[in-house]
Amino acid sequence: MSAVTVSDQHAASTKAKTIQPAWVRALHWTNAFAMVLMIMSGWQIYNASPLFGFTFPRSITLGGWLAGGLLWHFAAMWLLMVNGLIYLVMGFVTGRFRKKLLPITPEGVISDTKAALTGKLSHDDLSKYNYVQKLLYAGIIVVGILIVLSGLALWKPVQLQYLAALFGGYEGARYVHFFCMAAIVAFMVVHVALALLVPKSLRAMIIGR
Amino acid sequence: MGRMRKLLIPGVDKALLVRDAVKSMPDLTRRRFISGGASLGALTLLTGCDVTDSFSAEEMLKQVSKFNDGVQALMFNPNAMAPTFPESAITKPFPFNAYYNLDEAPEVDGKTWKLEVRGLVENKKSWTLDELYQLPQVKQVTRHICVEGWSAIGSWTGTPLRDFLKLIGADTRAKYVWFQCADKDGYNSPLDMPSAMHAQTQMTFKFGDEILPRAYGFPMKIRVPTKLGFKNPKYVISMEVTNDYKGGFWEDQGYNSFSGS
Repeated sequence: MSAVTVSDQHAASTKAKTIQPAWVRALHWTNAFAMVLMIMSGWQIYNASPLFGFTFPRSITLGGWLAGGLLWHFAAMWLLMVNGLIYLVMGFVTGRFRKKLLPITPEGVISDTKAALTGKLSHDDLSKYNYVQKLLYAGIIVVGILIVLSGLALWKPVQLQYLAALFGGYEGARYVHFFCMAAIVAFMVVHVALALLVPKSLRAMIIGR
Repeated sequence: MGRMRKLLIPGVDKALLVRDAVKSMPDLTRRRFISGGASLGALTLLTGCDVTDSFSAEEMLKQVSKFNDGVQALMFNPNAMAPTFPESAITKPFPFNAYYNLDEAPEVDGKTWKLEVRGLVENKKSWTLDELYQLPQVKQVTRHICVEGWSAIGSWTGTPLRDFLKLIGADTRAKYVWFQCADKDGYNSPLDMPSAMHAQTQMTFKFGDEILPRAYGFPMKIRVPTKLGFKNPKYVISMEVTNDYKGGFWEDQGYNSFSGS
């Protein structure tokens, strides 16, 4: 019991310095792992019947062939969905979404975009997101919800046909699912690049401070 | 399936090549899992999870797939009808799709063909095509969704399978209706009883008001609008009502067995 007391005191004294709480870090890396599995196996599935005039190189797909890709996709989806649901619930319950992501004002986004493009955007306080970050993080949460819903519509276009109808039916859901994937991949490229440019943000997401 | 045709090499005996390819597939699956795992090398370092261990990864995926069978069976609503479409929505031409070319599709003689009925049924008599044609038929325009991702809308006319199962005194408490087909390598597929009893599941004899063409499974196809395409067997020669899971052509190669839509 004494160990618990000590760690509680320790937590209290360092609380002010904690940028990313443990639950955010755990869910973030679980999500990263699930996302990579979903995207790579999803590319394998896409290749079986491409929507556009290209396929993804074999080396960046997962599963080896269609059946393997499907097995990975329909396994990792549970991890992605459960992890995502916990994130949404925690985000609302703890007030993190409200505190971190709101408000998002057009003026703020424009001025912060200008500052970023001229290299003048400050990263001194990592606990506060700038307006561009707020917009992108809120946006990617919405895309995340959309990709799961369109994915469910593709998985069960008969049992969940009202959901599928929201996306314009089975074929419509295929396009929504694809463009959500493209948005997430684009986000990941920028997100990873910026995290590498500001290493302390990566450290905060690993050890919390 | 569709992609396999592109792999065929001119001058090589296609029939032999396809047979060899199909035979080697389960093994290939395994090796491909390993390569899939290997490309996750960076991820392995990141998480400490040994995803390159193909056997545990493969075993895990199989277990999750079985779990997904159960989830889909729970999600299956026998009263939910697959969406139907106007005739104007029918895809023309409706695609031919198989693991072989159209010229290698089974050529069944409708005069000598008989549907064999086996397993947990009271009346095990075989049915000629003429006898089956006498049964009441219904038409439905529904979407066929392939496991590959493409879809096409077709017009299917035939006898609801549940009416036929009732007629032959099938034990509908059994778990599966297992179909065998005339495809050259033998095609078979188990259909779970709730899906077999669905109002839209049909013994199909006509496509677009014409006798079912060879491309779509003459003389009889099982059309299951609540399932992916590979769960819709063509060129059916027998059906068996059974409690045993007997596997299936694509199911044995790793495709999810329930594969509901």
